[in-house]
Amino acid sequence: MKTPLSWIKDFVPDLSCTDQEFVDAMTMSGTKCEGYERLDKNLEKIVVGRIEKIEPHPDADKLIVCQVDTGSETVQIVTGANNVSEGDLVPVVLDGGKVAGGHDGGPLPEDGIRIKAGKLRGVPSNGMMCSIEELGSSRDVYPEAPEDGIYLFDKESGLKPGDDAIEALGLRDTVFDYEITSNRVDCYAIMGVAREAAATFDLAYHYPEVRETGNNEQASDYISVDIKDRDLCTRYVARVVKNIKIGESPEWMKKRLRACGIRPISNLVDITNFVMLEYGQPMHAYDLSTIAGNKIVVKRAKDGDTFTTLDGEERKLDSDVLTICDGEKAVGIAGIMGGENSMITDSVKDVLFEAATFNGANIRKSSKRVGLRTDASGIFEKGLDPHNAYAAMERACSLVEELGCGEVVGGRVDVYDSLPEKKRIAFEPDRINEYLGTDISKEDMLSYFSRLEVEYDEHGRELVIPTFRQDLIGFADTSEEVARLYGYDRIPTTLPKESGQIGALPFKLRLEKLARDTACAFGFSQGYCYSFESPDVFDKLRLQEDAKERQAIQISNPLGVDFSIMRTLPLNGMLSSLSSNFNHRNENVRLFELANIYIPTTALPITDYPDERMQFTLGGYGDIDFYEMKGVAEEFIYKAGLKERMKYEVSDRPYLHPGRQADMIYDGRTVGYIGQVHPLTAKAYDMAKAEVYIAVIDMPEIVEKASFEPRYQGIARYPAVSRDLSMVVPESVSAQDIDDVIVQRGGRILESFRLFDIYEGEQIEKGFKSMAYTVVFRAKDKTLSDDDINSVMKKILNGLERLGIELRS
Amino acid sequence: MNTDNLEEIKARALEAIRDAGALEALNEVRVAFTGKKGELTEVLKGMKDVAKEDRPKVGALVNETRDIIEEAINEAWKSLEAKALDARLASEKIDVTLPAKRRRLGHVHPNAIALDELENIFIGMGYEVVEGPEVEKDYYNFEALNIPADHPAKDEQDTFYINGEMLLRTQTSGTQIHEMEKGRLPIKMISPGRVFRSDEVDATHSPSFHQVEGLLIDKNVTFSDLKGTLETFAKKLFGDDTRVKFRPHHFPFTEPSAEMDVSCFKCGGKGCRFCKGEGWIEILGCGMVHPHVLEMCKIDPLKYKGFAFGIGLERIALLKYEIDDMRLLYENDQRFLDQF
Repeated sequence: MKTPLSWIKDFVPDLSCTDQEFVDAMTMSGTKCEGYERLDKNLEKIVVGRIEKIEPHPDADKLIVCQVDTGSETVQIVTGANNVSEGDLVPVVLDGGKVAGGHDGGPLPEDGIRIKAGKLRGVPSNGMMCSIEELGSSRDVYPEAPEDGIYLFDKESGLKPGDDAIEALGLRDTVFDYEITSNRVDCYAIMGVAREAAATFDLAYHYPEVRETGNNEQASDYISVDIKDRDLCTRYVARVVKNIKIGESPEWMKKRLRACGIRPISNLVDITNFVMLEYGQPMHAYDLSTIAGNKIVVKRAKDGDTFTTLDGEERKLDSDVLTICDGEKAVGIAGIMGGENSMITDSVKDVLFEAATFNGANIRKSSKRVGLRTDASGIFEKGLDPHNAYAAMERACSLVEELGCGEVVGGRVDVYDSLPEKKRIAFEPDRINEYLGTDISKEDMLSYFSRLEVEYDEHGRELVIPTFRQDLIGFADTSEEVARLYGYDRIPTTLPKESGQIGALPFKLRLEKLARDTACAFGFSQGYCYSFESPDVFDKLRLQEDAKERQAIQISNPLGVDFSIMRTLPLNGMLSSLSSNFNHRNENVRLFELANIYIPTTALPITDYPDERMQFTLGGYGDIDFYEMKGVAEEFIYKAGLKERMKYEVSDRPYLHPGRQADMIYDGRTVGYIGQVHPLTAKAYDMAKAEVYIAVIDMPEIVEKASFEPRYQGIARYPAVSRDLSMVVPESVSAQDIDDVIVQRGGRILESFRLFDIYEGEQIEKGFKSMAYTVVFRAKDKTLSDDDINSVMKKILNGLERLGIELRS
Repeated sequence: MNTDNLEEIKARALEAIRDAGALEALNEVRVAFTGKKGELTEVLKGMKDVAKEDRPKVGALVNETRDIIEEAINEAWKSLEAKALDARLASEKIDVTLPAKRRRLGHVHPNAIALDELENIFIGMGYEVVEGPEVEKDYYNFEALNIPADHPAKDEQDTFYINGEMLLRTQTSGTQIHEMEKGRLPIKMISPGRVFRSDEVDATHSPSFHQVEGLLIDKNVTFSDLKGTLETFAKKLFGDDTRVKFRPHHFPFTEPSAEMDVSCFKCGGKGCRFCKGEGWIEILGCGMVHPHVLEMCKIDPLKYKGFAFGIGLERIALLKYEIDDMRLLYENDQRFLDQF
């Protein structure tokens, strides 16, 4: 939303402050001003000049030498422009002045362009006549300006040499730009912003002068209006203007429009644009002669209807789109755009003016469905005040008479079911102070409300809310109005006085921090990946067609197929990140991620919350192997207080190397998995040349079993005894098989054991491997004797022999 | 026995001690003179030939000689030891500028570093950290937050829908509702988490980012308490010199609502490229919990009041760590992560 200061001053004539003061004060009272632009920026010493005499340049065919009366003196100016004649009134920048830009209309330099007296091809030139582009504007809003030439003032304008040319062009102005919040529909209008300005600066606010209009005839004799779908159209005001005289708008109106970036077109069009800006009520003008049957019918379109809008495009309609029709056909899509078939042309004689209000949500949806968003629909979709539609119509007709643009027919056709009444909200000054932590007097509060045109009913102690403030509904809203006009910055700064509470991180998040710390200690850095991905991921991961992981939640309106499903495994993010690192030639990369996967708990599409499972995912390539991944995973799980031994079951996950993967089983449950990424999957992620390892820990499983309450177990006081076991082991026997025997048979005196050598090769028979363990025994209550140890060792050896293991001496 | 002999032994011993250039040589001297088979021991063995009345005198003389020799040995020992140590240390000199042997530690993501800071501040002020679902019901993301069907705010937030009822949450504010519905009062919580909006990926947008929600519900909470709490937070996060500015704003689920700016923590408010010359940086939205929201959660707005706030985590991380492109946060390039 943009407003020129000059227009605000029409409503608040006493306003007097710097541009920056205005910006700051408006922002602090709730109309966030995001910046401003001075239209006369870098325009210095520019006056109206009259060309007295034009002579050819003695040495240049394309240049002319002009004598220009600038009021106080006549200066000689050399120009290459070919659109000037003697007697023309032109903007002239004097020696030492400044213009905003070059004549080509390119980007404006920050500091403008300084103009100094000099010589052009040997002839002195003391200043410059300006094009509209040099004045920082364009033919978009000054359509009368010549293409590539000096701007010429209207000779009938009454301007005389020496007058301020910038003022004459309406450029002595500042345009403010606001971010209007969606609740303040009234501020999408100059008069709404002006009302806020008056309230902010506590100044008088003047409504525009609207005169009673209309001849002795009745509009209802010209037109009837029937609203078929009253749920979608809350009011339709129609008036008729006869004997239209299309012409130019007066300069004051053009200035206002230009400052808002709107191109002046003709009096009739300008009036509707002007009223839309001023009242925030879009209006539409139909050529009355094109309205069949002299009637307007407002109704839903039929599915499959088509309609050609003003811009010549054919639009597809459906039964949720509201149309404005005449006796035979649609003439406009309600609130969005009129039709080509009822368009105003220069030959128009009589005009039907429409000011209507519609269901905002419906306009928003229709505009999406029809695929057409216009200035009008952007405003209508916010839901407008039906009272304002009437006021806007009156303003428009008043302007029609003022501008002599036609003959307004008396009476109105005004159709509605019911109009919104002024809401009443209890005025509770004490509660407001309690709410804000302030001590504002009741009188001050009432003065704020009166500035906002909120009346006070002393008898009922109620605030009476004007209908344009549809956002004021209850107590909290009244407190905000008080707070913002009192000043947020004046409200004290205190801390809550409530009873003390203890802040804490929940157990689950503490565990996630432990995971993070552990990963970092092993050299893994934390990554963040997206939660949504492409279904192609499942193919890259080589999942079977019927794999349960393919049952993923789908987003119905994704950004694209690459972001269309909620991930059911955490691998794609990790592998994509590793791949990007790999292809940037980063060496020895280790990443981890702590984020959710989303497992549906109902049939798809889901009808209830999915199971959001936090996954601790580690991945890396380069200086890393399977056993290091195992080490990180085990260290984390041990630190989390899971002290039992982890079991590994060879798994068959299709995305992992068939010979290098295992599920981690703790206490009978799968808590994670580790493996080398299958070469085909690695290739699918452009890492064919890398050995990529991953480990995934399913955090909910760990949360259930974890504990941060360690118990001191004592420090052994008796000596430990260790024995080495050197054996030849059949290939099929895993280390875990041997571990199991040692653990099961080692009994209570088994303290620890460790594989310290493994060898396969020439000295060992094929199908066997050599393995060597150190086993450590210790008792809590005595020094172990040889007998104690030998008997346990014997049990262990027997167990190992059963696995086909041969002891080496 | 000849006491001159003792003098002679002493003289020889002291000379030998002087000449011993190394600990081994000195040890040999010790063995030769005071050892079990040393010359002094031999002298003592000859005591039996000394006249009985002379024995104490001779004995004393021998002991005196031994003491002198032993003391000389000890002193020489110390000095040789010191010399030997000096020599060893000299020979062990290393080039301390050779490269370090490092165990490479991993790096925590800048988002997580920023979150740690935020969490620590609010935990210090007595806030509990809670989590909410990322896949959310329309009711919690919108309706219970005063954003009914057809509300324009629903469009503003560009929601990813799963179907009519389920969606990806566009804000962490739904956690407020979940907490209030538990019916345990007072509430003092923050809730960090991932949120989603259908914004195309670019330097300042991501379809997935993080917010930290805050909620306090108690009997005597005021807007001034909201100001004080968030000012304290800002000073803790950005430094004691930080100033804050509350500007009126609109959120459907708070009233009055505000946005909070902090004085630019890079330039102190003078204006620089981080604050786009404004001197202020917007960092959060906040307000008093709308009474209607309380009512929907079955909390009596005449008895309880509260405030809520929402902070964009990435915004803090990007500003604080001077990261100029949001895409870096989701690319996970080791060269980027190594810098945190």
